[in-house]
Amino acid sequence: MSSDAPSVTSAGDLGYLRDDAALKVRNLTVSFRRGQKIFNAVSDVSFDLARGETLGLVGESGSGKTTIGRAILQLVPAHGADLGGAITYEDDDLATLSRAQMRLMRRRMQMIFQDPVSSFNPRRKVVDIVGEGLEIQGMPRDERRRRVDQALADVGLSRAMVEGRRPYQFSGGQCQRLAIARALALGPDMIVCDEPVASLDVSVQAHVINLLQDIRAARNLALIFISHDLAVVRNVSDRVAVLYMGRMVEIGRADDIYRAPAHPYTRRLLDAIPVPDPARRIPAGEGGAEPHSQLAPPSGCRFRLRCPRADALCAEVEPQLRPMAQGQYAACHHPLPELGQGNSSRPAALSTPA
Amino acid sequence: MTVPSDIHPLLAVENLSCAVPGPAGAMRILTDVSFTLPHATALGIVGESGAGKSMLVKTIMDIAPSRAAVTGAVRLDGTALQSLDTRTRRTTLGRRVGMVFQNPMTSLNPFVRVGRQVEEASRKHLGLDRRAAREKAIALLRAVGIPDAAECYHGFPHQFSGGMKQRIMIATALACDPELLIADEATTALDATVQKDILDLLQTLQQRRRMSMILVTHNLGVVAGRTDEVIVMYGGRLVEHAPTERLFASPRHRYTAALLSAMPRIDQPAHTRLATIPGQPPSLAHPEPGCPFAPRCPAAIDACRAAMPPMTVSADGRHRFACHVPLDAGISGDASVRQPEAANV
Repeated sequence: MSSDAPSVTSAGDLGYLRDDAALKVRNLTVSFRRGQKIFNAVSDVSFDLARGETLGLVGESGSGKTTIGRAILQLVPAHGADLGGAITYEDDDLATLSRAQMRLMRRRMQMIFQDPVSSFNPRRKVVDIVGEGLEIQGMPRDERRRRVDQALADVGLSRAMVEGRRPYQFSGGQCQRLAIARALALGPDMIVCDEPVASLDVSVQAHVINLLQDIRAARNLALIFISHDLAVVRNVSDRVAVLYMGRMVEIGRADDIYRAPAHPYTRRLLDAIPVPDPARRIPAGEGGAEPHSQLAPPSGCRFRLRCPRADALCAEVEPQLRPMAQGQYAACHHPLPELGQGNSSRPAALSTPA
Repeated sequence: MTVPSDIHPLLAVENLSCAVPGPAGAMRILTDVSFTLPHATALGIVGESGAGKSMLVKTIMDIAPSRAAVTGAVRLDGTALQSLDTRTRRTTLGRRVGMVFQNPMTSLNPFVRVGRQVEEASRKHLGLDRRAAREKAIALLRAVGIPDAAECYHGFPHQFSGGMKQRIMIATALACDPELLIADEATTALDATVQKDILDLLQTLQQRRRMSMILVTHNLGVVAGRTDEVIVMYGGRLVEHAPTERLFASPRHRYTAALLSAMPRIDQPAHTRLATIPGQPPSLAHPEPGCPFAPRCPAAIDACRAAMPPMTVSADGRHRFACHVPLDAGISGDASVRQPEAANV
């Protein structure tokens, strides 16, 4: 089905995986134990990320997007969690690195966390927080100061604005810019951004997104952009991966997915975007089915209980990712749209949303 | 603009100001905010960080910091809350107004099982016995979309994701069947489908119970299509207040227009540069004279920097804005065209 793409893993002939990518995630599985129960946060997820590319990871709470981000940086707690699969960065298998080697690797791979306020030590001064990574890396004091100043300037702040102050004295937007500065100070070539703009105001969000885009372009930075906001993901991403209950259900070029989503779950996500258009008066109470308990996922397709297209096949056989006519890959037995099931011709009739 | 009527609006806020002492002098968090909220109406309050939207609802709820100097009046169903003693005021608000806070991580007590937290208010204010409160709590947990509600009743907050915690918070706020539900950035950290489901839920409850609702949010997309009216705040001031459709179709205040154009849109290609608002939000400690948006406003004239623009009210009384150089009223939103609607103010 995808003979033109080089097969790089045992994941099967997944044509969306590339040999020359900087980051390769293969068959990643993460499960957490809670008493007798096992919670599969991530199940058999494979993707890659090229230098300078932005991959958006979208999905609901509990879909595993944050866990994937943490697993990439080897931040999943060793206690109570089982990791399977392989993560390689520039041909280094991260699982085999020693603590010291991983510490060096973190100069190149950084993370921006979801909640900047709680990811900062409230008793430290923000200047020290921004320089924290450099301190851990054993950077000399002068170099540290220079890099902190540069990172602060990159995010539109200055030492004079932050000197002597602590996190609580800053707004959410400023804290998020400080978190970006902390990551940038190390000079990484890849950043996992976990909901970096989720709690920001519109104009601040626009600043931070533009800022990330400028830095990305200037430094040829690869970004994994984890977000629940599909409008933001649309703006920043080259490719998008959609996760549902730990499984990747759709991956492909952002243009293809937003133009014509193949998986019904993706469709539902796109329909849920709060569009600033009051003419779309939203009828109350049309909320969908409740999310299924994740401790005991349904048989077959995990989305089937919320899916309007589900049938008996979906209950029996778990669908695997396969190429869609629109260009992306989706794991669905009954993908959208109905038309154009032919394998080569792209559905030209599909119009971009106006 | 408030037209006196025989029925009191559910909520009337009159010249509300709030200042908090800070290291650099008093911070004027709120300045002279006035509006009314009729019964069974959904109101959106939007603005940036520091605009005062959270502080506005906290002041209404009488949970502003004790060192805050509050002036002005808040009337709930005609009763001036400031005239009540603290205990009566708190009981009234706790019973009749439900509130969902911004951060579920810090709003739930980590040592108390979630069921107990959901039923706390109904036991206190409605006098339900343990069993009735428990049944109600489980029903509420189910209603807000918690799977395995009966089991989760016994869970602790750390066992839930952020989205689930926020659902628990909403169940807690609904425990007393409030007449007014205030959701302060309640869906900000949630996923789109969860956010949609929760907003749907809030909207259903609001309409079915003929309850009023205030949605405080930075996301204009959240209030579009779900609220009857929108208030835009900036620098502690109310800068625009209009029926939702009209605010989006023809904003009059320059700040509202700037906010609308800063939103990322799904119909734009990747890496489209977003419109930003230059400059910084105003200093609340040292407010400049004049319009707080003037230093960032592309259309500011000398008058804007000299004096705070007075509130202009459209001919039909439904659209208010504080701007010296307002944008043109669009054809659809023109006050004179909409004149007949003025009857139902």
